[in-house]
Parts: sequence; C-alpha cells; structure tokens
Amino acid sequence: MKRTLLLWGGGGVLLLLFTVCVCAMIGSVQIPLLQVPAIVLHQIPWLQDVFPKTWPNSYEQILLKVRIPRVVVGLLVGACLSLSGAAFQGILRNPLADPYTLGVSSGASVGAAFIIYFGLQYSIVGQWSVPLVAFVTGILTLWLVIRLAQEDGKIPTERLILSGVVMQAFLGAFVSLLISLSDKTINEIMFWLMGSLSMRGWSYAGVLSPYLIIGFVIVMGYSRSLNIMALGERQAAHLGMNVERTKMIVLMTATLMTAAAVSVSGVIGFVGLIVPHLIRLLVGPDYRIIVPLSALGGGIYMVIADTLARSVLAPTEIPLGVVTAFIGAPFFAYLLHRNKKTRRSRS
Amino acid sequence: MIRVEQIRKHYDDQIVLQEIDFQVEHGLCLGIIGPNGSGKSTLLHLISGVEPITSGDIFIRNEPIRQYTRKELSQQLAVLQQEGLPPLGYTVREVLEMGRFPFQNWMGKDRMDASELIEGIAEQLHLSTLLDRKLDELSGGQRQRVALGKVMVQQPEILLLDEPTTYLDIRYQLQFMDYVRKWQRECGLTIIAVLHDLNLAAQYCDQLLVLHEGKQVAIGTPNDIIEQERVTQVFGTEPIIIKHPVNGAPQILLQPQEQGIE
Repeated sequence: MKRTLLLWGGGGVLLLLFTVCVCAMIGSVQIPLLQVPAIVLHQIPWLQDVFPKTWPNSYEQILLKVRIPRVVVGLLVGACLSLSGAAFQGILRNPLADPYTLGVSSGASVGAAFIIYFGLQYSIVGQWSVPLVAFVTGILTLWLVIRLAQEDGKIPTERLILSGVVMQAFLGAFVSLLISLSDKTINEIMFWLMGSLSMRGWSYAGVLSPYLIIGFVIVMGYSRSLNIMALGERQAAHLGMNVERTKMIVLMTATLMTAAAVSVSGVIGFVGLIVPHLIRLLVGPDYRIIVPLSALGGGIYMVIADTLARSVLAPTEIPLGVVTAFIGAPFFAYLLHRNKKTRRSRS
Repeated sequence: MIRVEQIRKHYDDQIVLQEIDFQVEHGLCLGIIGPNGSGKSTLLHLISGVEPITSGDIFIRNEPIRQYTRKELSQQLAVLQQEGLPPLGYTVREVLEMGRFPFQNWMGKDRMDASELIEGIAEQLHLSTLLDRKLDELSGGQRQRVALGKVMVQQPEILLLDEPTTYLDIRYQLQFMDYVRKWQRECGLTIIAVLHDLNLAAQYCDQLLVLHEGKQVAIGTPNDIIEQERVTQVFGTEPIIIKHPVNGAPQILLQPQEQGIE
C-alpha cells in the first residue's frame, strides 16, 4: 500500500510541477519553459542569487499576477471537486455519485443566477457577492436534501440520492426560468453555470485553500472507513464503524469543499465524477490511495483543461465545463476499454 | 458469557420478538433454529447491536450492550453474514486487515503488529497462497473462507453466525463448520449461530434455541430439541428422525407427501 502510494504520489507530484510550468508558459505572451520555475523561485529571498534575473519585467508581472494565481485556483478547484467526488462515491457506494449528486451545485446556481439576474453581483460585498450567495444557497440545499431523506434519525443512501435528484430537478427548473426571463444578462448566467477560472486572483486561492486542506485531512482520516463501507453498511457497523456519524461527517466535508469550489469557479462538471474513477482504474479500490491521488489528479486535470479553455480559441474562452467533458470522456472510455482487455487476458 | 433478558422488539406496532430469555456459557455454541419469519435474524441483529432493542437487555460480561460504544462492542463480538463478502477488487490480505478496524485509532495505527496474526490465520484457513489475489477472482467458497478469516482477525470472544453456509455446497459447508469448531475449541469462543439446516445445527451446536412466531419455544441440547412432535409443530412438516450412526446426533430425513400438496 505505502509503496504504491509513494510511487504514484511521487510521479503525480512531478507531473503536477511539469503541468504547472507548461500551462503557465502558454498564453498570448509565450514565456520560455525553463524561465517559469526560475521566475517563481527568484521570489524566494535566499534563492535570489541562485536564479539571477535574466528576463524582462513584463514576464514576471504576467506570471505572478495573472497566470500563476489562475493555475493555483485551478489546482485547488480541481482538487476540491475530485476529492469530494471520491468521498461521495465511497460513502454512497454508487459509481454515478459525484460532488453534485446531493444538489449542492443546483443550490449554488440558483443563488448565483438570482444575484446575476437582478444585477446585484457587485453590490453586497463587491466581487465576493456571487461566491458568497452561491456558497450559502449550496449549503442550504444540502440541509434541505438531508431533511427530506432522514428517516428515524438515519439517512438511507437510496433516499438520500433520490432526494438529491429531485432537488436538482426542481432547482434546475428555477435556474432555467431565470435564464429565460432575462434577455440581456443571459450570457452572464450561462457563463457562470458552465464554469470559468478567468480573472481569479490570489484572493480566491486564499479563500479556497483552507477548505481543501481541512477537507483533505478529514476525508483522509476516513479513508479506511470508506474501504470498510465498500463491504456494505451492515458489515461496516459490525467492524465497529459508527455508520450514520461517518456518513454525516464525510458528506458534510465533501459538500463544504464542493460549495467552496463551485462558488469560486461556477459549476464545472465531470471532474468530480471521472477523476476518482480514473484513479481507481489505475491503482485499485483502496481509498487510502484513491483519496490523495484524486486530489492530485483533479488538480492536474483542471489546470490542463483550463489552459486548453483559454488558449485553443484565444482570445475567446471556451467554458471550462465543456473542456473537462471533451477531453475526459474519450480518455475514460479508453481506460475502461484497456481495463476490460487486461481482465480478459488474466482469466 | 452472554445473557439475553426478556427482550422484545417492535417495528412500529408489529411485534417481531417477545419473551426471549436465555444465556450462553463461555465456550459453547448455541444454534438458533426456526422457520422463515420466526425472528432469527432479527434476534441476531439485536445481539450485534445494529438494531435497537424495544425493551429488555442483552448483557456481555455483565454489561448491557447499550453501554458499549460501537467500537468497543466490535472488539468483543464479530458477525459473519450469509452473503459474506461482495466481489470487490481488494486483495485477500487487505480484507483480512479490515478485521483489525476496531483496534485501530483514527490514524490507522493498530494496538499490535497484526501481520503475524493475519499470516497465521491465512495459513490455518489455507489462504496463504491466495493472500495477494483479488476477492473478485475467488470462488464463492474461497470468499466465504476469507470472510471467516476476517472475523478471526478481529479476535472476538463472541461470534455471531447468520446462516453462513447458505450459498456453499456440502463439502464447503462441512469444511466451513469444521474451521469454526476448531477455532471455538482452541480459543474458547462463544458462538450464537442462526442455521437453517437442522442437521448441521444438531451436529455442531451444544444447545439449540427454537423460535416460532417471534417467541422462544424451547431451549436445550440437540437431543432434547430435535424430536418428532416439536419439529412437526414448529416447522409444519412431518419428518423422520434418526440417530446419526457414528456420533449419535439426531438427524432429520425429509419425507415428501406421497400425494403431493392438497
């Protein structure tokens, strides 16, 4: 177990660093690949002499003020989404579960659409109006879904999923109504719904990172519980797990992470569903490995998708949700196919 | 030792179990028998603590089980269900390690180094060569052996079995029960087993408890319990009962009605 984790984790971190450098290099102004890490390391006081300044000031400005913060926010959003995707799939024991299963994204969308529709997006707390309202309505939705699913103090998984689906349908209709009522603001609501990382500076990274760090620690702490959960809820209880409490804590944690990510970036689909599956196909069913690698993989995946989103049709930006699905689905299909083949050759 | 005192169980206003009262001495095996719907599995769920008791109490080491936390209870008591383990991608070793869950802290650190224990148990159950195979590559019989291994790793004082041999063929049924009996004798394990096969129950249990429509009808040794009149009354069928030629346990021969069902 530890060897697998070190091997894949080490490889993942290297891939992450490489991806960050390449993605920060690409843009309207190309920065030479090797200068990217040099510029970043130059900022650390005692490394200034090791990496002497050989680049124009503009490079430094572009990298540190625009590209790197965007890449970091992408990493955080991707990590949050796929980490909570892994948690949802584990705790609900449902391969179709993703961070949005319980309606958090729909709730957040209603809040955001409402604010945008009435043109209030810079009024309450400046640029934070949409994120704040989206976060609050997302959490409220989860609370409603749980209330709806509860039965004698327990939350049966099937009821929970059904409640989430019903809530998504209802709130989705509400968002559609707001979109159809507004003619001039249509693009802004739609664009928020499809997700984007443009204009997200360091402050957004600052807001997101505590959610990711605390969420990661909690989900990691419950990774063995997720393994046991795979045997079924009753067997998990027989092994000494407090099933209802574990469900509640993991669902809450995953939801908070999701709500934070969605309120910053809009609803980016597919990452939370596909990355954990991808990791599972690569490393097997052990959540002690799936959880950390999902966070890593989600971050990498999101940064690559965002770079494609902003560079393929530059200067037009493609909605991020479109890109994540476009590159994710075929790759996943390939992995599924390869997995089927190795299974056959084994038996 | 485990003591069950006057327990009742209601679901809404339907009574599923009432007036259940018995105790099992340390190191003995109690079999619970009775027709479908007599409340056998419910009784096991109450003892294992996954379902709340409506009234009455169950005591383990003279402590009522509601005083135990879920984790403490699992350190004393293990459960093996009839469906065993689902065919997942975990290796046999990983599943056996799961048996240590009640003894691990939140960091996953065990009270003791369990690797030796796990390998010893794997050897006893002839699973050593399968340790790195995945669960979904094993046969049903092998998987049930892994399930047994997992509860052995839990090192409980009390083992609850819920029709553990249902999906096994006769060879594996006997093999499974022999492994359990060997473990019982070596470790002084107390067992409560729901068994639907009366012949198996009569062979392996020290005592039998008969449930009928949620009530305790009788408790005693297999020789006292398996008798013509009682089996006819409880199960609604007229069997032929003979003594096992080798060990003398009462065995039931099934007899179809000649003229079929009227």
